Amino acid sequence: MAAPWQEVVKKIDDYRWEIPQNYKAGMLVPGLIFASENMLNHIWEEQVFQQVANVAFLPGIVSRSLAMPDIHWGYGFPIGGVAATRIKDGVVSPGGVGFDINCGVRLLRTNLTEDEVRPKIGQLIAELFANIPSGVGSTGRIRVSEKELDEVLIKGSRWAVEKGYGEARDITVTEESGCIKGANPEKVSSKAKKRGIPQLGTLGAGNHFLEIEVVDEIYDKDVATAMGIDDLGQVLILIHTGSRGFGHQVCTDYVALLGEAVKKYGISLPDRQLACAPVQSPEGQDYLAAMSCAANYAWTNRQCITHWARESFIKILGKSRSELGLEQIYDVAHNIAKIEEYTIDGKKHTLCVHRKGATRAFPAGHPDIPDIYRNIGQPVLIPGDMGRCSYVALGTEMAMKESFGSTCHGAGRVQSRAAAKRTIRGADVARELTARGITVKTGSMGSLAEEASGAYKDVTEVVNVTDKAGISRKVAKAIPVGVIKG
Amino acid sequence: MEKDFEVVDHTADVGIIAYGADIRQAFTNAARALFSLITNIDDVEEVLYRDIELVAPDEESLLVGWLNELIYLFDVENVIFKRFDITELNNTQLKARSYGEKIDRSKHKLKTGVKAATYHMLTVDKANGCKVQVLFDI
Repeated sequence: MAAPWQEVVKKIDDYRWEIPQNYKAGMLVPGLIFASENMLNHIWEEQVFQQVANVAFLPGIVSRSLAMPDIHWGYGFPIGGVAATRIKDGVVSPGGVGFDINCGVRLLRTNLTEDEVRPKIGQLIAELFANIPSGVGSTGRIRVSEKELDEVLIKGSRWAVEKGYGEARDITVTEESGCIKGANPEKVSSKAKKRGIPQLGTLGAGNHFLEIEVVDEIYDKDVATAMGIDDLGQVLILIHTGSRGFGHQVCTDYVALLGEAVKKYGISLPDRQLACAPVQSPEGQDYLAAMSCAANYAWTNRQCITHWARESFIKILGKSRSELGLEQIYDVAHNIAKIEEYTIDGKKHTLCVHRKGATRAFPAGHPDIPDIYRNIGQPVLIPGDMGRCSYVALGTEMAMKESFGSTCHGAGRVQSRAAAKRTIRGADVARELTARGITVKTGSMGSLAEEASGAYKDVTEVVNVTDKAGISRKVAKAIPVGVIKG
Repeated sequence: MEKDFEVVDHTADVGIIAYGADIRQAFTNAARALFSLITNIDDVEEVLYRDIELVAPDEESLLVGWLNELIYLFDVENVIFKRFDITELNNTQLKARSYGEKIDRSKHKLKTGVKAATYHMLTVDKANGCKVQVLFDI
């Protein structure tokens, strides 16, 4: 029997599936899903087609409503969704960014090998866990006044480096140099600031984690070397977190505010969580100014955590920072809206690109990527689920042509957190990870069960689709040896 | 009423359906459902209260606003609530006093962090008693 989605989608090639514009009345453009045929059955069951179609209602959307292969059911926008709108007559939607604004990933390299780290992994993980606040309701070691918080919101990573958290070089290898322009703290509610103050410099809970990993495969030796990934067995450090309660509150505030803007501007939407306002309207501009504050908060957060991760390695391994390496490879946002330029049908357009669970993937030569990567392309960091593997990839020209400079961001859930908890016990997950040589320290066994590998799509399958579709190119794969999570 | 609320599966997040003889009771049970996601509320004592007053354009927005106010208080003041006394609730306005205590990690086991209540799949159904549905981003 033919799968139900076969009547809906138009196959373009093995990795591209179009949802025609007539799938749902009101779509302004078609949808496009990057996936393997095998993945589509699950995507169909999840009502993701509906969500991709709903995003196609957004005024000013151009080209297609996109879904990366790690797509799964979100609220409003699907997770793994990318949508670009014209800034002159299109909208910006906080739901297209999500609550965890600039949730993202930072990757550090080391000069260490697995053999050097294995004997001390227990100590390292314990030190990291003690040094980096994590878990539900955790508060940070940094105390800022409301006035100082405004500085964080305006300066981003630079604030942290000026305060001694990290190094000037880190900023040069961070998307937007760790500071998106246009941040205006006056557009942020005092509630968001009150949530943000105690949580600066915390990992958080849920799917956020810090992982010590080991390079397991290298697909492109020259590119890997340019990134400082030299050999199999080399130790890397991956940090995955975002803007904490600050970003959650900014999104909460603006979804409510833009719910009113939808009525004011006479916009018709199939889901209230898609609330939006014209990019050029006061409401749209205010959201972008507040979102930029949250993005800068997240970069500051990852910058502080980077510093503590370095301190922990230096202390436990008893070597200097330069002996250990510990240089930052790159830092990317996974949830963000950016104003970017694209050429469509030979014409230049300035667009507001919403990436909700997607990674920017700019090609070699793009002016927005750091000098050291200008000749190879932007590093793309794709964490897998906790305990499986993660990938380093590279942005491509194809991404510029087809996916608004975007690719996948991770594995993508296939099992709900509740279902994962019912079927998997945290203690079993810990035992299984230990059996596979992975040391884990978590604040909550329940949260460990929620993030078990079985609850996710195989990140390898996801990354292979983006590689074969050409919207990013695989560079290296790493497997975890130690994890801390909230 | 057989049950006050139930938890609904959603791939990335968690939804709840709360029931009540009327909208006040359903909103109260939605708040209890929220805190039962965060911790075991039987372990929480009533040692303090916080007042919430809010206005919103409609009942659905009031429900989201109500739950987001509670999430805010949890995040900023680290208070877990267990009992809710909604004193006023009409189409656009809500007044309530919520009772609970500050997080004490020695007796409260924290389960899930809740980022926000969303408008996705949001319903307030008053056809037979009252049934409300909310999806949380967790």
